[in-house]
Amino acid sequence: MSRSTRHPVPPRRPATAKRLRRLGAWPDPRVYLLRHAEVLLSSLGRLWRNPVASLMTVAVIGIALALPTGLHLLLENARLLSGGWDGSTQVSLFLRREVPEAESQRLARALGERPEIAESTLIPRAEALEEFRALSGFGGALDALEENPLPDVIVVRPAPGHAAPEEVEALVTELRVTPGVEHARLDMQWVKRLYALMEIVRRGVEVVAVLLGLAVLLVVGNTIRLDIQNRRREIEVAKLIGATDAFIRRPFLYSGAWYGLFGGVAAWLLVSMALWATGGPVQQLALLYQSQFRLVAADAPTVLALLVGGALLGLLGSWLAVGRHLRAIEPS
Amino acid sequence: MIRFDEVQKRYPGGHEALKGVTFAIDKGELVFLTGHSGAGKSTLLKLIALIERVSHGQVVVDGENLTRMRRARVPYLRRRLGIIFQDHHLLYDRTVFDNVALPLVISGVPHVEVGRRVRAALDKVGLLGKERLYPITLSGGEQQRVGIARAVVHKPVLLIADEPTGNLDPDLAREIMQLFLLFNQVGVTVLIATHALDLVRALGERVLHLEHGRLDELRVGGR
Repeated sequence: MSRSTRHPVPPRRPATAKRLRRLGAWPDPRVYLLRHAEVLLSSLGRLWRNPVASLMTVAVIGIALALPTGLHLLLENARLLSGGWDGSTQVSLFLRREVPEAESQRLARALGERPEIAESTLIPRAEALEEFRALSGFGGALDALEENPLPDVIVVRPAPGHAAPEEVEALVTELRVTPGVEHARLDMQWVKRLYALMEIVRRGVEVVAVLLGLAVLLVVGNTIRLDIQNRRREIEVAKLIGATDAFIRRPFLYSGAWYGLFGGVAAWLLVSMALWATGGPVQQLALLYQSQFRLVAADAPTVLALLVGGALLGLLGSWLAVGRHLRAIEPS
Repeated sequence: MIRFDEVQKRYPGGHEALKGVTFAIDKGELVFLTGHSGAGKSTLLKLIALIERVSHGQVVVDGENLTRMRRARVPYLRRRLGIIFQDHHLLYDRTVFDNVALPLVISGVPHVEVGRRVRAALDKVGLLGKERLYPITLSGGEQQRVGIARAVVHKPVLLIADEPTGNLDPDLAREIMQLFLLFNQVGVTVLIATHALDLVRALGERVLHLEHGRLDELRVGGR
C-alpha cells in the first residue's frame, strides 16, 4: 500500500496563505477591494450628511489651492505673451567690407533655409546708406566721404520654436564664426531681464504653493482630528472586537482624500471665475495694442494636477492626523 | 483555553488589582468568576482580551502567550474572542443589524454571508424581527442581547462576559444565563464575571472566586 493512501500523519498545518486567511490576517482580495469601495462611498456619504461643515472645509482648501493655481496661470499667460515678443528678437550680421553683394545674397538665402531661422533679410550697403542718410540727418557728412563706410547687413530672425535665450545665444555664437561675417550683434538684454524677472516670480509662486499646500495639510489634519474625536466611541468598540489599525484608519483617509479632491474642484471653479471676470478687460487692453492676445484658461494637465494634487494633499493630511490620534484611543 | 500563571497586575499609581493569580480553564468549560466590586474581576477579563497587559506572570489564551504578543497581532486575537460588556458598548447611530454585523465586516466576511450569519445570531437571542431598529429604542435586556449576538456572530472560541446581567431584573438575568449555557453546549468556552451569586449557585457550574486580587477559593459545583 502506498504511503499516500494511508494518510499516516495528517499535515500538521495548512498552507501558510490559507492559515493566514483563516486567522483573518489575509482576507479574500475581492472582498478586500469591495470593502475599500464601500468605505470610499460611505466616507463620501458622511461628508454629504454634514454639508455645512464639509463645505466650509472644502472652501478653505479651495481658496488655498486657488491662489497658487491662479498665479501659475498668470505666469503661463505672461509666458505666452512674451513668447509673442520673442519673434521680434533679431540678430544683425555685419559682413566684411570685401564680400561682394552677390556673395552676401547667397549667404542670406542659405541662412534663411536653416530650420532654426525664420527669416533672413539682406540689407545691401547702398540701401543702408540711403536709409542712414534719410534718418540720421548726417547727409552732408556722408557726402564728404569718398566711399560708402557701411557693410552689407543680414538681419536674422530666429524661428519661434528656437527663441529661448540660450538657443538664440548659441545661434549667434555660431553665426559669428561664419565665413564673411565680421560681427554679429544681438541686443536681447531686455529679453534676458524679462526671463529673469519671470523666473523670480515663478519661484515666488512655488514658495506660495508650498506654503498653501502646508496650509491644506493642516486644515485637513485638523478636520480629521475633530472627526476622530467625534467618533471616539465607535473606534473603541471597533478595536475591542478586533479591528486592525488599517481598518479603522481607512474611512478617515478616504474622507481626507475627498476633502482634498473637492477642494481642488472648488479651486478650479474659483480660478475659472477669476479668469472669466478679468478676460474682458484684458482683451480690451490687448485690442488697444492691436494684439490678438486672450487669457488662456487652465489646460487639462493643470486641472488634473490640481485635482490629483488636492486629493493627495488631503490624503497626506489625514494620514498625519490619523497617525497621531488613532493610537491614543484604546478601549479601557 | 485560558491559563494564568502567577499573574500580577499593578496599575499606574500603585493599585494592585491582581496579586499572583493562577488558574486554568479547559476548552469547552463554562466558568463563573465571582467577587465583590473592585476584587479584580474586570481586570482579569481585560488581561484576557489584552485591553490591559500583565505586570508579572503569564497569560496564555487559545495557545498564544499574550505576554509577548505584538500590538499588531492583538486584533487577530480579539477576533477569536466574543466580549460582552455590562454597558453593551453598542453604537447608537447604527441599526441592530449593523451593530451585530460589525465583527464580520471587520474580519472581511463576504456580503451574502454577513446577512445570513447576522440573522442567525439575532435568531439565537430572540431578536430576529428587530434588525432594522436602533438600539436606543430597545429595552435594557434587548440591548444586552444585541451585545450577545454581536459577541457570538463570528463564532468565537471563547466568550467572556463582564457583569452581563448587572442591570437586569432576575427573570431577564436568568434568560441571559440560559443563553450562555446554550452557547457552551455547542462547544464555546465561556467565562462570566458576575456577582449574582444566587444565579451562579443555582446553575451549579465551576466558580472562581476573587477577593482583593487573590483567587481565594476554587469551588467546583456538582454537575
